[in-house]
Amino acid sequence: MNGGGGHGSALRSFLKQLAQFVVILATTLLGLVAVTFFIGRVVPIDPVIAIVGDRAPAHVYERVRTELGLDRPLIEQFVIYVKKAATGDFGNSVLTTNPVMTDIANVFPATLELATLGTLIGVIIGVPLGVLAAVKRGTLIDQFVRVLGLVGYSVPIFWLGLMGLLLFYAKLGWVAGPGRIDVTYSYLYTPVTGIVLLDTAMQGQWDAFWDAVSHVILPACLLGYFSLAYISRMTRSFMLNELAQEYVIAARVKGLSEARVIWRHALRNAAVPLITVIALSYANLLEGSVLTETVFAWPGLGQYITNSLQNADMNAVLGGTLVIGTVFVLLNLVSDLLYRLLDPRTR
Amino acid sequence: MAGSPLAEQPSSLRAWLLSPEPNSRWQARLGRFYLGWRAFTRNPLAVVGLGIVVLLILMAIFADVIAPYSPVAGGDLRTERLLPPSETFWLGTDDQGRDIFSRIVHGSRITLLVIVLVALIATPIGLLVGTVSGYLGGWVDTVLMRTTDIFLAFPRLILALAFVAALGPGIENAIIAIAITSWPPYARIARAETLMVRNSDFIAAVRLQGASTPRIIMGHVVPLCVSSLIVRVTLDMAGIILTAAGLGFLGLGAQPPQPEWGAMVATGRNYLIDQWWVAAMPGIAIFVVSLGFNLLGDGLRDVLDPKAAK
Repeated sequence: MNGGGGHGSALRSFLKQLAQFVVILATTLLGLVAVTFFIGRVVPIDPVIAIVGDRAPAHVYERVRTELGLDRPLIEQFVIYVKKAATGDFGNSVLTTNPVMTDIANVFPATLELATLGTLIGVIIGVPLGVLAAVKRGTLIDQFVRVLGLVGYSVPIFWLGLMGLLLFYAKLGWVAGPGRIDVTYSYLYTPVTGIVLLDTAMQGQWDAFWDAVSHVILPACLLGYFSLAYISRMTRSFMLNELAQEYVIAARVKGLSEARVIWRHALRNAAVPLITVIALSYANLLEGSVLTETVFAWPGLGQYITNSLQNADMNAVLGGTLVIGTVFVLLNLVSDLLYRLLDPRTR
Repeated sequence: MAGSPLAEQPSSLRAWLLSPEPNSRWQARLGRFYLGWRAFTRNPLAVVGLGIVVLLILMAIFADVIAPYSPVAGGDLRTERLLPPSETFWLGTDDQGRDIFSRIVHGSRITLLVIVLVALIATPIGLLVGTVSGYLGGWVDTVLMRTTDIFLAFPRLILALAFVAALGPGIENAIIAIAITSWPPYARIARAETLMVRNSDFIAAVRLQGASTPRIIMGHVVPLCVSSLIVRVTLDMAGIILTAAGLGFLGLGAQPPQPEWGAMVATGRNYLIDQWWVAAMPGIAIFVVSLGFNLLGDGLRDVLDPKAAK
């Protein structure tokens, strides 16, 4: 930027911040593990009964108790738990008998696919809407964005999903129903990335691809709407902030076109805090996916957690919770890092 | 002293309320309240929100009078099952032949119970953690805020799910789980407010008078944090309702035959295509109530916390 020396010190301060982040990350992750440990081992009155049932004979009860390590002191149990969690070992799922981590690795791409598409929709529509609302403040479009946001904050996602299915699948027949791809197509491609849209497209199975598109479009639009409601509201408020700055007046006085002032000058500056918002909304979609996946029978992490819940499969529930918590923390940290990297004022 | 002016005409009542020299603390407080109310009623959407919330409360109190049928006893399964909305059954009937309108009316009690209990459990925890953390500072602050951050790191519904999974399904456990996941933002706000006042002169004055730390926190810091917390809690109500409904939808909240709205939507899922009203009606109820709280919260924010309004 301004000579080699300045660049070096900027890099150094960046590395220092990076080290701070690593410390914060480590303690937060340890805290996450502690919370799941607490939920799994301390909150249930007796985790053994949760597994074997209350009519199990005494020797079975004792064996499971020893296997779980419950005969040891709580601190020791926690240390063992942390060590295992650090290597990604959350035990086996009672339901599938696979290690929980393997299960999660299998279902996670489906959730990722949905959340990514949702965020894309949210950004592509939400940002321009927010900018328009800020520029045309107080007009009809501003009111429209406000209502869109209010409805997004108030409507239950699972209900909106059901109504969407009712209208677009059952009544109009525009989209495919629940599930990820039709059974007829499900053996036409080999899962490589676990993301159906990518897999089918790379293998040239276009029929399967379009079927997958018609399955994904409704849940993706649903998540996209919630992301859009949040992103447009935040974009509007950031843009209002920027448009009130003096450099905008300066740009206008210089005779730049209004479009250039708004999209090149103001939006660029609003984009920095927006990155945080987009990362947050991405993380929120991972959460929203729990209910959405249940409604659309989407075989992702959300459905895995709820299925495990209904079968009292605590290992799977806590593993899934921990994974989502970790992704949440990582996304937050990455957005924070990006923010500091992009905004020179924070250096 | 304060009694006699109240008996006069409304116009002088307003004068009494707006009096720049109130004769009593009571009069001054009423005057403040009146000013706030005037600012609040200038916002029509906020008034609509307040109306919805008042309606919800009235519905919960008079549920027995309003609901024409029993919310739990099933009707005749041969003739009254899954009927569309009509004059006898305003919103139709469900798979057990129960009147959906009556169930929604009684369900308002569950919704209200969830909101009130979560607010009563989560707000004091957040207030205490935040004010203690902000006032004491140092390692107490670090420990408490790190803990808060860890709870904030989990998405709310996921953490509530995990808690309910451990505690077992049921409305009480759902309330506990939602309360446990709700307090961290309140602690953050209370801490921020505390940091703003902790070094002010009046706190120093109280300290020099020999007030103990608990007394300063409880008597002088906490009251100053309350108004911004009220706004935040009201804005959060919609989220609490949606989380509770989500838990109910997944079968982890209120158990059948309790008329919980989220669980009712889940039942309706099985009859979605041909009997849409079973799922649609309770969902509309959830939507309207959380919209009401969102509008009310926005209105309150403009009145109580003008800084945050944009």
